[in-house]
Order: sequence, then structure tokens, then C-alpha cells
Amino acid sequence: MREININKIVPIVKKLCIDASIYIGDDVVEKLKEFQEKEESPIAKEIISIIFENQKLAVEKKMPLCQDTGVAVFFIELGQDIHLVGGDLYEAINEGVRQGYKEGYLRKSMVDDPIIDRKNTNDNTPAIIYLDMVPGDKIKITLAAKGGGSENMSEVKMMKAADGIEGVIDFVVDRVKRSGGNPCPPIIVGVGLGGNFEQSALLAKKSLLRPLNEKNPDPKWAKVEDEILEKVNNLGIGPQGLGGRTTALAVQILAKPCHIACMPVAVNIQCHVHRHKSAVI
Amino acid sequence: MAKEIHLYTPLKDEDLEKLKIGDKVLITGTIYTARDAAHKRLVDLIEASKELPFDIKGQIIYFVGPAPARPGMPIGSAGPTTSYRMDPYSPILLDAGLKGMIGKGPRSKEVIDSMIKNKGVYFAAIGGAAVVMSQSIKAAKVIAYEDLGTEAIRELKVESLPCIVANDIYGKDLYEEGVRLNRK
Repeated sequence: MREININKIVPIVKKLCIDASIYIGDDVVEKLKEFQEKEESPIAKEIISIIFENQKLAVEKKMPLCQDTGVAVFFIELGQDIHLVGGDLYEAINEGVRQGYKEGYLRKSMVDDPIIDRKNTNDNTPAIIYLDMVPGDKIKITLAAKGGGSENMSEVKMMKAADGIEGVIDFVVDRVKRSGGNPCPPIIVGVGLGGNFEQSALLAKKSLLRPLNEKNPDPKWAKVEDEILEKVNNLGIGPQGLGGRTTALAVQILAKPCHIACMPVAVNIQCHVHRHKSAVI
Repeated sequence: MAKEIHLYTPLKDEDLEKLKIGDKVLITGTIYTARDAAHKRLVDLIEASKELPFDIKGQIIYFVGPAPARPGMPIGSAGPTTSYRMDPYSPILLDAGLKGMIGKGPRSKEVIDSMIKNKGVYFAAIGGAAVVMSQSIKAAKVIAYEDLGTEAIRELKVESLPCIVANDIYGKDLYEEGVRLNRK
């Protein structure tokens, strides 16, 4: 049994919040370059150049890539041989968020109740935290700070087995089509298949954690991802929705078993400011 | 992309008559920020025949909730938010004299019709290019609704803020046209 004091977690979470907001991943940069070369529309090429300039300026000036620094979403893999001492894990994560969003000059985007009062909590808490128990004696903390514009273009649909893979592909492509320029394309399309109603949405979100330069380990789903990506990029939406061939940089699928009566499909749209950073304790 | 056009606020009809979708513009002068919550309050004031916190005639509203400024800086990262959420309010503000809006993503038919009627223009800024946008903002001051935090109305002094004309006063729509030309 390895003992870890909860206070160790606060500064790590704080750093993840700040770093994820400023430094874009190499996988996103590589994909943007690859698509810019293939792009036919001059306005689309120019928009991608501005995105590169923004990535450079963010690092130079230590400013967040986007003013929407997102909901702080955490995926925690907690080794079952760990004994956490000295406090509450959830509170430690929220304290890290509080400190990171303050000291990093990040925007506070959370309101206390979703409908009636909508009063800003002023420290970007509460974070949204998913905890998975795993073998071993390490904790892996992954932050996926998610902006509101792309999240708003996401959807869950309870489909029928009779809809088949064609029906699923049509739904995902149509979801991207209906999103148009709203979610800040170039986007990454996260697709969750199976599980039940809520698990499909979580799978869609988790699928976005896979680095963009890694293929789906299951060739069956890798093929579906390629097919959807081609269809999505044939829509002509392009960067910012102003026309072009670069609507999505990647389509990423995560699938799980489901009930004989069900076929849940979820689409979680991610903008080009694709923030995800991990730390292992 | 074609020519680059300098625009100065407040905007005049003659300035807007020259603009066509796809034009790159550089905006200089005073503009105002407002998002969802501030729009609701502005429209509530208009509906109650009360005075607005700033003179809206000829002005531009930038749909943005900026990140906080680092010490010594006028503002933090400040890119556009998605505009469709302002669609229910924009025609009422255009009727009151608003001439320009800066945001990202397409607008509704009602907003486009109102822009034709009121000679208003919608400018697209690059979503997610928030550091680039912030470099053109030279001063920022909260002038109303401080309680809304990032959503408060700010008066911004901007110099050559880069945007693209997405909807002109003639009813043309760059979102619709751009996608049509690139569809396969």
C-alpha cells in the first residue's frame, strides 16, 4: 500500500490547468500542418496560418490560446494499491482548479445553477471529475479543459439496431453538418458507441483523449473513422465554417458492449484548441 | 482573400455600403463587448423604454467574454464567442441603431433580414485565435454589469482589429457561400 498525501495533488492540478491552456499538443499542430498543405481554399489556408500564429503568441506571452479556458474535466485513474491521506481528493482537485485559474489568468466560466440564477462561481469550480479504479500504485490525472462552443454542438441519440453502421455514420456526419461554423472548426469528432445512455456520452468524451496521430487499435473502427472523416471533410464547412476541406482533423471512436434492445450513439465535438494534459504521481 | 479595408467607429452607412462578404477589415476606435447575459439586460432596457448604458448608434458589439488581464496588460485573451446565441436579441439592437457585430459562426434568417433592413454588418473573427485578437485591444474598461464578471459590458479601444465580412448589408452570407463552393 503506497500512501499519498492529498496536498501533493493541488499543485499538480494547478499546473495542468495553466499548461493545458497555453501549450497546444504536437499532435494537433502536426494534423493542422498536414491539412493546411492539402487545403484548396485560400481563406481556409489563411485561417490555419492565424491559428499557428496564435499558438506561437500564446507561448510567448503566457496567455491562454482561447479566452474560453473551459470546464475543467478530469479523468482520474487511481491505482487500487494507493491509500490517500490528508483530505478529500475531490476538494484537492477543486482547489488546484481554483489556484490554476486564478494564477494563470484564465477565464472563470462556471455558473452556479444552470437555468435560473446563472451566477458565476468566480473560481471556475466545480470541476467535473471521473474516477476509475485501476491496478497498481500510481495516480494518473488527465485534464481535458472543454470550451462551451463545441460542447454545445454535441448530441446523444438512442438508435435502433436496424439503423446499422450506415445509420450511425449518417447521424455523425449530419451532426457535424448541423454544427457548421459554430464549434470553431477544424474540429475533432469524438464518437461514443454502445454502453447505455450516459456511458455513450462519456465514451465520446474519452475518445478525444487519444492522441490524434494514433490510429484506432481496432481496424474495424479505424475504417469507420476514415469513412466518417472523408464524408465530414466533403461537407465543405472548412475552418471557422467559412468554406474549405478542413472541417475535422480526426474522428475518434470508442465502443463498448450494449443491451440487445439498444444502440446508443454519442457525438462530442472538440474545437481546434484541443486541451488535454496528464500527470502521473 | 481580397483587399484589406480600414474601418473606424462609429460606423456610417457610406462605410458599410462598400463592404462585401469576404472582405478583410481592420477595425479601429471604440467598440463594446456583450455576451448572452448582457444582451438580455440590454433588450430588457429597450423593451422598458429605458436608456442603454452606452450610445448604441453606429456602434459595434463584439461577442466576447475575455480572460483576465495579466498585470500591465489591458486585457487577457479575447476571441469571439458563438453568435447564434445572440440571434434572439440582435434584431432589437439593430433596430436601436447598432451597426456592426463581431462573433463567430452563422446567423439566423431573422438577423440577416434585420441587417438588410437596418444596414448592419456581421464580422467574423477567428474563434480560438484569442491571443491574436487581444493584440489589437489597447484599453478595456467595464462600463456596465460588473456583477456578470467576464460577461460584463466593456468599452474597448481597438486598433486594426482583424475581421472578415461574413454578412453584408445586401443579404449575402459568407458561411452559406463558402460552404457551397467547397462542398464535394
